[in-house]
Amino acid sequence: MAIEITASKPAAAPQATAATAARPRSVYVYEAPVRIWHWVNMLAILVLCVTGYFIGKPLPTQPGEASANYLMGTLRFVHFTAAYVFAIGLLGRIYWALVGNAFSRELFYLPVFTRSFWQEVVAMLKWYALISREGHTGAGHNPLARIAMFGMFLFGSLFMVFTGFALYGEGEQAGSWADRLFGWVVPLFGQPQDVHTWHRLGMWYLVAFIVFHIYASIREDIMGRETVISTMVNGYRSPKE
Amino acid sequence: METFYEVMRRQGITRRSFLKYCALTTTSLGLGPAFMPRIAHAMETKPRTPVLWLHGLECTCCSESFIRSAHPLVKDVVLSMISLDYDDTLMAAAGHQAEAILEEVMAKYKGNYILAVEGNPPLNQDGMSCIIGGRPFVEQLKRVSKDAKAIISWGSCASWGCVQAARPNPTQATPVHKVITDKPIIKVPGCPPIAEVMTGVITYMLTFDRIPELDRQGRPKMFYSQRIHDKCYRRPHFDAGQFVESFDDEGARRGYCLYKVGCKGPTTYNACSTVRWNGGTSFPIQAGHGCIGCSEEGFWDKGSFYDRLTDVHGFGIEANADQIGGAMAGVVGAAAAAHAAASVLKRVADKRAADQNQTVA
Repeated sequence: MAIEITASKPAAAPQATAATAARPRSVYVYEAPVRIWHWVNMLAILVLCVTGYFIGKPLPTQPGEASANYLMGTLRFVHFTAAYVFAIGLLGRIYWALVGNAFSRELFYLPVFTRSFWQEVVAMLKWYALISREGHTGAGHNPLARIAMFGMFLFGSLFMVFTGFALYGEGEQAGSWADRLFGWVVPLFGQPQDVHTWHRLGMWYLVAFIVFHIYASIREDIMGRETVISTMVNGYRSPKE
Repeated sequence: METFYEVMRRQGITRRSFLKYCALTTTSLGLGPAFMPRIAHAMETKPRTPVLWLHGLECTCCSESFIRSAHPLVKDVVLSMISLDYDDTLMAAAGHQAEAILEEVMAKYKGNYILAVEGNPPLNQDGMSCIIGGRPFVEQLKRVSKDAKAIISWGSCASWGCVQAARPNPTQATPVHKVITDKPIIKVPGCPPIAEVMTGVITYMLTFDRIPELDRQGRPKMFYSQRIHDKCYRRPHFDAGQFVESFDDEGARRGYCLYKVGCKGPTTYNACSTVRWNGGTSFPIQAGHGCIGCSEEGFWDKGSFYDRLTDVHGFGIEANADQIGGAMAGVVGAAAAAHAAASVLKRVADKRAADQNQTVA
């Protein structure tokens, strides 16, 4: 079976991945910091989406004295804490892209000037259009995944960090670190209400990415030729056959 | 030139009253007691600064607000502190007489007068939508601003454009800072601004002979550095999660937070929740209605007064952020489900074909 795969592999396979694709063996793709970041980040985003949703559309009125409740206060506190985890995690991930392996940099740029990248995009589109029978092999992200990671996840995350801390700076008030660093975002969008609106839309953008991300991972794991989900647990991308 | 003090004494104000006035001004500016002698000293030594108050496209609500100032009394501001030499709404002179005063002050106090602008100039149709003394207002504005020391943009009209600049803005009403770009401009937004904020800004400028510290958007920090929400007396109900769900419900009677009925306090920078209105009597939230964000840029174009987020318009439809986002996530989810089903069918078909091939072989 393994020989068949090698034989049927198109000759135009990119040089960088040809070596790994030719011989099915496990490749160490995601180093420990990347894997830890992934799951911590997942939790942070989950908490941010849920708390953020209810900050914008609060739960039904709480009974009793004001002093007996602190629901919005708690929601906002949890939201801000998770936001710090999310932002610092992103900074840590950027650092790891500098010192980690080649795969750790895939999130942060697209090799748009490389011919083979676009050839692989076409190959992947055929794979997802159910025309081609063979998916991507090559250890790292397939080019479509990279586009989604870069355009949806990275851009969406930075957008949420910038708009989010701009709003946080409003509560922390003028002169706070968040106001000094991100306060310029507010006039850029117009006024605070615009930032709130865009921050809300940004959440849905990330939710759409998550749906996409989870579906594609599970599908690749089942239908592709290499492990996907377990890779984010143990770090190794292994051939399935 | 006469000093403030000399003018006040000439008007029969005693030194005792003068010092009381200085103390009151110090307090209303939020300054410490140490500043009171400095204000007194400044008023004794500084010549009165002429203020020219121009009116463009506006509704005069700024003037209406201004003349209701309680601390300091607008009487004091107009008669004693500033020499409000031109204001076609308040002045006795009219017509050519009034315009002559404008020219006279501009020549006599060249580079030394403050220009206060209420309203804004329309630029379309050669500025014909607002004619002052037979000429487009934009010409008067440019001419008077040329030798002004500083410009105060009164209200949301002069600061942001307000209702006459709302989409589609047929007259192209344009805020002052987009027409005059070479002078320091102090924005005092609000529709109208709070009277005490207006007189406070003028008092500060005359007393300290400099413009107040401004924020990123050019608003005085002392009045516009905090949101309504930050100093709202209903804030404890917000933090507790106690909201008015609809006007006239039990929550409304109990004075709960108006966030869920669209209060824009969290997105509005102004001093309403601290200074309040009409001599500190009340402000909208205290009266049971949410803030409509009148001091924020483009507040007419941000959708309903009762929505905290702006609806998105496009392709002839109107939807809020949650409807759009929810639909987007739903479409992606449905697409994923459909794709999954198609993938399974394809795989089954492929497998059957492969089995048949094997049988044939």
